[in-house]
Amino acid sequence: MKVPSSAEQGGAAWLFLTPALSLIGLFFFLPVVASSLLSFTDFDIYAIADPANVRLVGLRNYVRLVESPIFWIALKNTFYFVLVGGPLTMAVSLGAALLVNAPLVRFKSFFRTLYFAPFITTLVAVAIVWRYLYHRQYGLVNYALGTVGIHPVDWLGDPRWAMAAIILLAVWKNFGYSMLIFIAGLQAIPQELYEAAYLDGAGPWRRFRHVTLPMLGPTLVFVGLITMIGFFQLFAEPYVMTQGGPLRSTTSMVLLMYEEGFRWWRMGYAAAVTFVLFLVILAFMLIQRRLRLEDAR
Amino acid sequence: MSLLVSCDEGGRDHGKATLHFWAFGREGEVLQELIPEFERQNPGIRVKVQQIPWTAAHEKMLTAYVGDATPDLAQVGNTWIPEFAALGALEPLDRWIAGSSVIDSSGYFGGIWNTNVIGDTVFGIPWYVDTRVLFYRKDILARAGYRQMPTTWAEWRKCMEAVKRQAGSARYAIFLPTNEWAQPYVLAMQAGSTLLDARGRYGAFSGPAFRRAFDFYVGLYRAGLAPTLGNIEIANVYQEFARGRFAMYITGPWNLGEFRSRLPAELQDKWGTAPLPGPTGDSSGVSLAGGSSLAVFRASPHKEAAWRLVEYLSTTKQQERFHRLTGDLPARTETWRSTGLVDEPKSHAFWVQLHRVRPVPKVPEVEIIATRVLESAEQVIRGGRPAGAVLKELDRDVAQILEKRRWMLDRSAQSSVSRAPAR
Repeated sequence: MKVPSSAEQGGAAWLFLTPALSLIGLFFFLPVVASSLLSFTDFDIYAIADPANVRLVGLRNYVRLVESPIFWIALKNTFYFVLVGGPLTMAVSLGAALLVNAPLVRFKSFFRTLYFAPFITTLVAVAIVWRYLYHRQYGLVNYALGTVGIHPVDWLGDPRWAMAAIILLAVWKNFGYSMLIFIAGLQAIPQELYEAAYLDGAGPWRRFRHVTLPMLGPTLVFVGLITMIGFFQLFAEPYVMTQGGPLRSTTSMVLLMYEEGFRWWRMGYAAAVTFVLFLVILAFMLIQRRLRLEDAR
Repeated sequence: MSLLVSCDEGGRDHGKATLHFWAFGREGEVLQELIPEFERQNPGIRVKVQQIPWTAAHEKMLTAYVGDATPDLAQVGNTWIPEFAALGALEPLDRWIAGSSVIDSSGYFGGIWNTNVIGDTVFGIPWYVDTRVLFYRKDILARAGYRQMPTTWAEWRKCMEAVKRQAGSARYAIFLPTNEWAQPYVLAMQAGSTLLDARGRYGAFSGPAFRRAFDFYVGLYRAGLAPTLGNIEIANVYQEFARGRFAMYITGPWNLGEFRSRLPAELQDKWGTAPLPGPTGDSSGVSLAGGSSLAVFRASPHKEAAWRLVEYLSTTKQQERFHRLTGDLPARTETWRSTGLVDEPKSHAFWVQLHRVRPVPKVPEVEIIATRVLESAEQVIRGGRPAGAVLKELDRDVAQILEKRRWMLDRSAQSSVSRAPAR
């Protein structure tokens, strides 16, 4: 039998890769390139009528973006959501995973399903219920606060609280998914390690700190990355709960993009928003990678 | 007519033309019931009604235009007409109207008809009409010492203060949802602001007329006469109105039916409607010219048949049936008389108001500008910023939004100048 040369192998490899590459190229790279090109034009409702109405505007969309106060508010809101909501979701889901996974807990699968349920519930239905929970006058949240003597908070109507309310909802809605991954991660940790640590006299906290956490390392990185990417794309929660208000306090980058692009059809401008968001997420991923590499060293 | 029929019978498409008709929300549901009679009268035409939810309607029409998949005719919100006319999506109707025995502009409310006219061209036929009036609690007003709704701003404001005084801190005189742009727009038009300059090239928001209306509007929140709430934050408007949480509410005709069915029976004779007050009394109390029109699409291969359906739906008889099925207010003044709507006390306010309605500026950007106006108001109401600075910013913002429009106007002016010598 003839052994194929490396050039032939390379050719065959490309052949096998072609379907996947062409799909990725068609549905990922092409749109990315197209939208980045779009961001240098003023494509809008008039352009739909007649392509001759499109102008090349260079960096003007980006200049306007940087000059627009709404953009900075949206950027700030998005960071607020990611930096507070992300870690909070991870902490809650890790906590829930530890509880559900604890050897003493009974009805494990029941709790697992219960905690996972919010994640698979339709957001629109959830949002309607939560809007009632948050209602200033009749809401359960304010009722609960009232019983301990705290004055009612206008959760969705007060610019200072609206984002916090959205974060709370998002944490509740999303922690179930990460919890499942954490449970899988926890179950992969060999029991002998805990036994050894126990025999060495390590208490529960030290077992968690020095056995669980390091062993969960890769899982933590994965969940962190997924959560971050997901949270940067905050859209549905404010879209159905607050429409970005009050005073723009819950307008996220994606919501801004949606408004500009699909409500006002200012596609060029919306593409610029998208591109900036893309760069922000990319930067964050690079930073996280860098930290991970330094950790590994 | 005979020529038409023979054409249909000779049938390029075997005698049957299928019309695709898009209608929205409740109107789309009810429309189905009006169609069979039309199909009986016009055996050569079949009508397919597609019902689209209101929230998706605008987007769907735009996408259809982009994808070359527009229907033959559709219900079009009359504030959208400028946009779709600018796109060139709609068929100019003047030629058809001139040859029609059913449709004539004199049979309609002037202000409403006007919303369908862009330049000198008619692009839609009013189907049902909509404007905003005051819904109010007669009993609460009576307790505050008012037997009827005042007609000037100054009196109106005094009346609201009187209501507030005897209502206490948890109750309000009026509910003006902070996320509805109709109210500030209406007040501005009442104060004589044109919102934009004559050709829709720049905003006129830092002008004195708009400022006067803006101060009045913002003042209602500042003085605690209106709660700082959007309509998604208030759980149920009807319940709150019934409880007396607010005594006045500026809203449209769809709420005539809702108030009748949702308010408890003992409240039914305690609420009423009134035309909007104006800064200097009656005649200045203008309101929004709203509603939906029927429009034929330029790309339709069956314009003749589509126009016949428009005519059919515009007959007094079908207007009456449509009103009975939906509760929507008919576009034809004749139908108002034949249905008794003119004399019915609660719809009478709408009859009066519909004679003084004005369209919002006829530029495609009207809605984005409206949301910017609301945001500016919010910055003053919730953010406590000074009105003068906010309105200057608004004008700057609007100038930027209209930049493309100015470019388009200048370009078409230039090209007509350069074409002039050749003519």
